[in-house]
Amino acid sequence: MPAPQQRRIIFKHIDAPGYTNDLACYVRHGGYEILKKAVTLPAATIIDEVKKSGLRGRGGAGFPCGVKWGLVDRKSGKPIYLVVNADESEPGTFKDRYIIHQDPHQLLEGIMIASFANNVKQAYIYIRGEFPHGARILEQAVAEARAANFVGPNILGTSYSCEIFVHRGAGAYICGEETGLIESLEGKRPYPRIKPPYFPAVLGLYQCPTIVNNVETLCHVKHILEMGGDTYAKIGTPNNTGTRLLCVSGHVKRPGYYEFAVGEITLGELLNEVCGGPLPGRTFKAVIPGGSSAKILKFGETFTLKNKDGSSRTLTVEEIPMDFDTLAACGTMGGSGGVIVMDDSVNMVEALANINAFYAHESCGQCTPCREGSLWMKKITARMVHQQARSEDGALLKSVADQIAGRTICAFGEACSWPTQSFVAKFGDEFKGYAETRKEPKRADALELV
Amino acid sequence: MSAAISSSMNLKPATLLRIDEVITHYPVKRSATLPLLHLIQEDVGYISEEAITWVATKLELQPINVYEVVTFYPMFRQKPIGRRHIKVCRTLSCALLGGYKTCEAFEHAFNTHRGEISPDGEVTIEFVECLASCGTAPVVLIDDDLHENVDVAKAKKLSDQIKSEASQRR
Ligand SMILES: Cc1cc2nc3c(=O)[nH]c(=O)nc-3n(C[C@H](O)[C@H](O)[C@H](O)COP(=O)(O)O)c2cc1C
Ligand code: SF4
Ligand code: FES
Repeated sequence: MPAPQQRRIIFKHIDAPGYTNDLACYVRHGGYEILKKAVTLPAATIIDEVKKSGLRGRGGAGFPCGVKWGLVDRKSGKPIYLVVNADESEPGTFKDRYIIHQDPHQLLEGIMIASFANNVKQAYIYIRGEFPHGARILEQAVAEARAANFVGPNILGTSYSCEIFVHRGAGAYICGEETGLIESLEGKRPYPRIKPPYFPAVLGLYQCPTIVNNVETLCHVKHILEMGGDTYAKIGTPNNTGTRLLCVSGHVKRPGYYEFAVGEITLGELLNEVCGGPLPGRTFKAVIPGGSSAKILKFGETFTLKNKDGSSRTLTVEEIPMDFDTLAACGTMGGSGGVIVMDDSVNMVEALANINAFYAHESCGQCTPCREGSLWMKKITARMVHQQARSEDGALLKSVADQIAGRTICAFGEACSWPTQSFVAKFGDEFKGYAETRKEPKRADALELV
Repeated sequence: MSAAISSSMNLKPATLLRIDEVITHYPVKRSATLPLLHLIQEDVGYISEEAITWVATKLELQPINVYEVVTFYPMFRQKPIGRRHIKVCRTLSCALLGGYKTCEAFEHAFNTHRGEISPDGEVTIEFVECLASCGTAPVVLIDDDLHENVDVAKAKKLSDQIKSEASQRR
């Protein structure tokens, strides 16, 4: 059976010849019609449609968007803020980049619909500092939308007003974590906040109720309102609705960004058919399916999962459908949609050393287990690669990782321990035997990873 | 008072206008810390001690509040860099396709090491974490512009281009 076709809803116009990122082009393609419809509806109706759609957040955690909106404290009398997470900092993830650069008005329309539905008067787009052109494009788009009365005071002749401002980060991964992001937006170090009590829905930006949503999530909101929540929910599979953007990088013939109905495509179809399979003369070895924090999958391993009727089924890595629930049942996650592929030229100690260097660099340093643990995991893997390896290093790495996860303020603790835990569990032999590997000549196609 | 400091800061009038405008985006002035630091760094090239005090005064903060921000975020720097800033991505997807070789090719072309200003003052090369363009790895950000699929050959080409632009300027 051939792989299913892409279903481009969010990426409908991305890379389309002649499609430009200005307002006129967006409006020519039907842009802002859904906002016009939205402002005639009761806000509760829009929230209901999003709830019915089953949309789950595309930023990493996969939390249901409608439920998140339902948690917002509407009785406090304080203003409600919308903060758009355009930090796109999870390694392997590069989807929001194309929305921001090529179709910024789609995002703005989603923001305005979400803002109207939640009585938000002020929205901020927090965009990573390394997207300087992206920030200018968004600022220009906001100016155009304001001039056309889609943003700003008395939108489309109604009594509803809402401003959008673009706020640039400055190169720190932890600003992607929603409470770190809020601190950063307040002008401070992006130290994540402790939950409870600091759930953004109650005590977010300036201690006011705040919704934090990913760029892609907000784009989906527009299409949900266009087609109706029930119709949207029919795309994909139950509890894993709609389409999602998948970013494939690493060792495949055709890396890139693709959009499929959630769960309709398997990992094997994605990598072998859509992405053209492994590079010439190589074979797939491992894949990280949802951004660098997700636990790694090893080609050749199988997963026995329970069906609803009590029976069970066994899946190979290739057979895993790319949906939130199945990936979770296989011990990993859909995360941010970043699929990183490694072939047989890669030594897993070296690949982990690369990842550990990232997390050691990016820990904000507030929690001792994370600050010290991420650094030690980096030091151990770097020593293994550059100096000497010991047969017990795998066990040592695992013991460090096991002491981080679950003991920290934010989910970075899990994000930095999952790679080590899963690499060591699945490729234990490579860790044990690395002292010998170091002495052997390198494969001609092996690249330096750390 | 702020006028006296600003003249000694030598910020361009356009920068000063943008600074006053951006502060109005927030109900709490402190929120403008990152935007102000970006504007000053774009104008002057780095964040000096004087700039830290200036921003603190402007936003009614203590200098430590600004200093702790400058020292946390990788993009802010407290020293000048080369004329061009070459940021090579170090993270996994880029490394899997030769990011380390790419970085070395730039270092070689400008006879320098990552983190230093090249002897001709032309570039500072930096190894940075994932630039969110992993599908076109290895990637390099030169000033504001992203370059994709930068293998060693392309790194040499880009280096030659920078050098020829430099010699035209002289
Ligand atoms: C360490 C860390 C980094 C994160 N980075 C991002 C990011 O770059 N972009 C993003 O949208 N969400 C990121 N998240 C998830 C956010 O905290 C948050 O769940 C998300 O923005 C919510 O939006 P959604 O519900 O629309 O997915 C990160 C989370 C953690 C723990
Ligand atoms: S877990 Fe790590 S990144 Fe998160 S707050 Fe603690 S130290 Fe900071
Ligand atoms: S790993 Fe280099 S851009 Fe993501």
